[in-house]
Amino acid sequence: MNPNDEVSTSSTSVWPLWEVFVRSSRGLSHVHAGSLHAPDAAMALRNARDLYTRRNEGVSIWVVPADAIAASDPDAKGSFFESPQGKDYRHATYYTKSEGVKHL
Amino acid sequence: MASQNLQPVPEALSPEDQERAAQLEAEGQAYFDRVMSDDSRIEPKDWMPAAYRKTLLRQISQHAHSEIIGMQPEANWISRAPSLKRKAILMAKVQDEAGHGLYLYSAAETLGQSRDKMMDDLIAGKARYSSIFNYPALTWADMGAIGWLVDGAAICNQVPLCRASFGPYGRAMVRICKEESFHQRQGFEILLELSNGTPAQKQMAQDAVNRWYAPALMMFGPPDDDSPNSKQSMAWNIKRFSNDELRSRFVGMMVEQVRVLGLTLPDSEVRFNEETKKWEHGPLDWEEFKEVLAGRGPCNAQRLERRREAHDDGAWVRVAAAAYAEKQLAKQARKHAEKEYAA
Ligand SMILES: [Fe+2]
Ligand SMILES: [Fe+2]
Ligand SMILES: [Fe+2]
Repeated sequence: MNPNDEVSTSSTSVWPLWEVFVRSSRGLSHVHAGSLHAPDAAMALRNARDLYTRRNEGVSIWVVPADAIAASDPDAKGSFFESPQGKDYRHATYYTKSEGVKHL
Repeated sequence: MASQNLQPVPEALSPEDQERAAQLEAEGQAYFDRVMSDDSRIEPKDWMPAAYRKTLLRQISQHAHSEIIGMQPEANWISRAPSLKRKAILMAKVQDEAGHGLYLYSAAETLGQSRDKMMDDLIAGKARYSSIFNYPALTWADMGAIGWLVDGAAICNQVPLCRASFGPYGRAMVRICKEESFHQRQGFEILLELSNGTPAQKQMAQDAVNRWYAPALMMFGPPDDDSPNSKQSMAWNIKRFSNDELRSRFVGMMVEQVRVLGLTLPDSEVRFNEETKKWEHGPLDWEEFKEVLAGRGPCNAQRLERRREAHDDGAWVRVAAAAYAEKQLAKQARKHAEKEYAA
């Protein structure tokens, strides 16, 4: 065994994964930019700044532990998002009779 | 998001479970095929064929390693940059390459590979990276030739990858491509300044172009008839153009740009084929390519040694940061407990 093996097991594996969200300018939402590994939130923020905002891409950063995010099940694609389907009347484009009427 | 997608395979499946698994597999394949024919995107939690996952994992991790190892030829010149401005530019570029490596490692992780495993493979010499970074950067003009030719070839390769069918890879490539254009331009500018300088400087620029031209053309990979995996990658919408197609396009761009530089390409056989409407170039030494890829290039050993050194030098930082995080966590827990007690 080489002594480096020990070093690498204690490297990033113990560092959790963080998801990074960046607000590109005032008035806009934070948008997912990517992820990174860091030992804690403070380091995650600093790393996120260096990794995702080297060119003024942001005015604010959120970091979230990746395992704190709950996601919808990709296998339930159909059923989970079914409800809006067939409900075109929720869109303005459904109402065609008013076409040509100004300011409507 | 990195999700551990590799489901453990149970020891023995009952007939019902086997049937169920086969059904899921068939449904997954059907969904995957639909995504491919719609030219849509696969996301990490989607079902995907094992070979697709394996191909992507290999390609993305090799790409990440290339960005990380690729820092070295240029980092070696930071301390010798001819001016403060050039030093700052070179540092920014090398820092970008580190970023590119990290974006790509993140993308690879979403396929179920741990970052440690990738790092360990690289350090152990088990992983591949682009052969181009095993050539030495001999003079300051090499910083120009690398930016212009090497980053130029990388851009040519990477722009179509922004549309790769695997979402995280495509998104990483979009970010990378945005940053690469400065890399190529700063290299071009270095060469242009040298070319307009003293005769010795111009000669230095020409010499660097002469040395980097062929290795840069080989960055697109082996010729199409010797690239067995290309077809499958194109069927999976990972690759959009063949190696030769991209190489030919690149040659065409370089032909024009080298004129502006007042230099020449070291290739007397470059020509535009009116029939095929494609740029052609002279023969490339594919034996050399294979040798370098197999680890026997001029700088392979040095690059790996340097990577190992950097990893070991950083060990105490990683240990300290982890220890600090743990301490903070314990402190928080204690404070919390005290509050509870007081209340
Ligand atoms: Fe890069
Ligand atoms: Fe690159
Ligand atoms: Fe670059």
